[in-house]
Amino acid sequence: MSKAPLRQIAFYGKGGIGKSTTSQNTLAALVDLGQKILIVGCDPKADSTRLILHAKAQDTVLHLAAEAGSVEDLELEDVLKTGYKNIKCVESGGPEPGVGCAGRGVITSINFLEENGAYDDVDYVSYDVLGDVVCGGFAMPIRENKAQEIYIVMSGEMMALYAANNIAKGILKYAHSGGVRLGGLICNERQTDKEWDLADALAKRLGSKLIHFVPRDNIVQHAELRRMTVIEYAPESKQAEEYRQLASKIHNNSGQGNIPTPITMEELEEMLMDFGIMKSEEQQLAELAAKAAAAGASA
Amino acid sequence: MSLSENTTVDVKALVNDVLEAYPEKTRKRRAKHINVLEAEAKDCGVKSNVKSIPGVMTIRGCAYAGSKGVVWGPIKDMIHISHGPVGCGYYSWSGRRNYYIGDTGIDSWGTMHFTSDFQEKDIVFGGDKKLHKVIEEINDLFPLVNGISIQSECPIGLIGDDIEAVARVKSAEIGKPVIPVRCEGFRGVSQSLGHHIANDTIRDWVFEKTTPKADFVSTPYDVTIIGDYNIGGDAWSSRILLEEMGLRVISQWSGDGTLAELENTPKAKVNLIHCYRSMNYIARHMEEKYNIPWMEYNFFGPSQIAESLRKIAALFDDSIKEKAEAVIARYQPMVDAVIAKYKTRLEGKKVMLYVGGLRPRHVVDSYHDLGMEVVGTGYEFAHNDDYQRTQHYVKEGTLIYDDVTAFELEKFVEALRPDLVASGIKEKYVFQKMGLPFRQMHSWDYSGPYHGYDGFAIFARDMDLAINNPVWGVMKAPF
Repeated sequence: MSKAPLRQIAFYGKGGIGKSTTSQNTLAALVDLGQKILIVGCDPKADSTRLILHAKAQDTVLHLAAEAGSVEDLELEDVLKTGYKNIKCVESGGPEPGVGCAGRGVITSINFLEENGAYDDVDYVSYDVLGDVVCGGFAMPIRENKAQEIYIVMSGEMMALYAANNIAKGILKYAHSGGVRLGGLICNERQTDKEWDLADALAKRLGSKLIHFVPRDNIVQHAELRRMTVIEYAPESKQAEEYRQLASKIHNNSGQGNIPTPITMEELEEMLMDFGIMKSEEQQLAELAAKAAAAGASA
Repeated sequence: MSLSENTTVDVKALVNDVLEAYPEKTRKRRAKHINVLEAEAKDCGVKSNVKSIPGVMTIRGCAYAGSKGVVWGPIKDMIHISHGPVGCGYYSWSGRRNYYIGDTGIDSWGTMHFTSDFQEKDIVFGGDKKLHKVIEEINDLFPLVNGISIQSECPIGLIGDDIEAVARVKSAEIGKPVIPVRCEGFRGVSQSLGHHIANDTIRDWVFEKTTPKADFVSTPYDVTIIGDYNIGGDAWSSRILLEEMGLRVISQWSGDGTLAELENTPKAKVNLIHCYRSMNYIARHMEEKYNIPWMEYNFFGPSQIAESLRKIAALFDDSIKEKAEAVIARYQPMVDAVIAKYKTRLEGKKVMLYVGGLRPRHVVDSYHDLGMEVVGTGYEFAHNDDYQRTQHYVKEGTLIYDDVTAFELEKFVEALRPDLVASGIKEKYVFQKMGLPFRQMHSWDYSGPYHGYDGFAIFARDMDLAINNPVWGVMKAPF
């Protein structure tokens, strides 16, 4: 039997949404499906592999390259670390906040990994990319036929929805020149109003699907404090089962991604109004008038 | 062989014909940059200083070229760091022939070149640390350096390096001015913005932060030469005329110039500006802040030299006026001899010019002095005020082309058939292969100086060498 082709996926989403936590838990679960995995952290903070390695990665591609002189002076084994159940981990790293060009760093790192055979002998490469698609560098996993499917981690919060829509725009930009598709939205529950409905509605508007709704559970925190995934810390827990479900859905989602249909800011706001999350101007004016009337009556 | 048979070209029709080749949008835009000069028009009637159209092969440079290559580069006792990847530095290395006196590598660095040679890691992690190191090394290796300028290449602006902070820290550490210049090449539409940015850094980082030497003693006759880059020695053949008429040149900007001269400039009685385009900003600033009047002068060709000497003298007392007349009289026999020798060989020859800065107007009369005729001229990076100043030099019917494209210039030359094309290195071989005499008017074709009376003699000889070279009689262009 010939080896299945390499699957490359990427996790994007608003900063602080739980991308790294979600992706590491999901990938830890994916190992149990017999998959060999490489995680490429594309965040200068280099915290995309902490739960797998049980420590923050110290040797990032870019820091070692800077010490050695250039990226050509590096060997793959200098930067490739192995963690939970032989998951391979690499952190791109990057400059401290406020200097240099982290986006260029992502490009440099990914090129280095590819050229030096980091992708040989794995079934999955997963990119964990910081925040929004702020520049060309952070779009690297989307471009040039790198990731086949992008998973957007989001929640029912307005700015998370907004970021998800923006990332969909980034995917659309490269969907026709390369093969990148939107794999689906992963809602990381924040317990906002009508969260599932909103996430599902946005997914549909984007021509995609809500691939999984990950409920909020404090056990994730407990595991994280111990630098572990829930899969490792509490494999029998309900939350571990949620991640296993997500892993299995992603695994079976190969080739099922879509070209997204991002919406305008106005459409996004309308959607929020439809759900009663956001008030229309008429509603706001009516409320103000009511308030003024009440104030007038009491005076 | 003579190419000057077509004396009756309908120039307006020619312009329309040439523009016909463009798509409509381009045609409309380019049409605004080309004009045939009408009698009594207020200016040349062309639009200028706007973005070039992609794909037309403009001859323009970039902001970095304007700052590093023109304004700052010739200051000889400073080291100018091309800050960024190596290419910009390498290709701007000694390209402009700014002559200087000094011991290269000891107290002058004009023909040497310094670059921070950015690598990938400098882009990713920022280049400030490297810049600290480069400045330290420069100061250790060349302890007699009087100051350092940081000439930003594009990536500095893209990654947002804080070169001003580095400049402040290093300046305090080494006790010498360190001047950060934000002349990233992507800024502006041509090298012109680079001149402006460089002028502003002289204002903010030299005038504001340094003091002239305490032992400087002023005289009533202190003047400066501003906007002469001493190409082939131009500033020297200009300076002697001013000195012979009794003035004291306290500063040369920036050909063969020093940091101390920049610092002393606010002590001048008058700032004399040769290249108005690249240095008018600082002249206007000094007029406002220090009340120093400025005057644009022209030292190309005897008629303009005499006119300028008289205008300059008029700003001073009678003794200077008398000496100016004496200077003009003293050089007259030499001028007569040059004209006698060359005019018969050059009379009636037609020239088309395409250069930058001040030359598309300033050199016109030096051709006229030799009996030649300028039938077309244009600027690479002029602003509207340059075209207003051009009016004075050119006559009705002259073809004016702003930011001319390679295609347009070639077609205009083909139709107008001048006896000489005077432009830059990129144009030289195109026209020589067409069988046309050509002179480079940026670098003086490795000759010069062309300023002043001495320069005029060389100019006349060079034009004769080009036009009357027997090679044109033994070759025939294949088209």
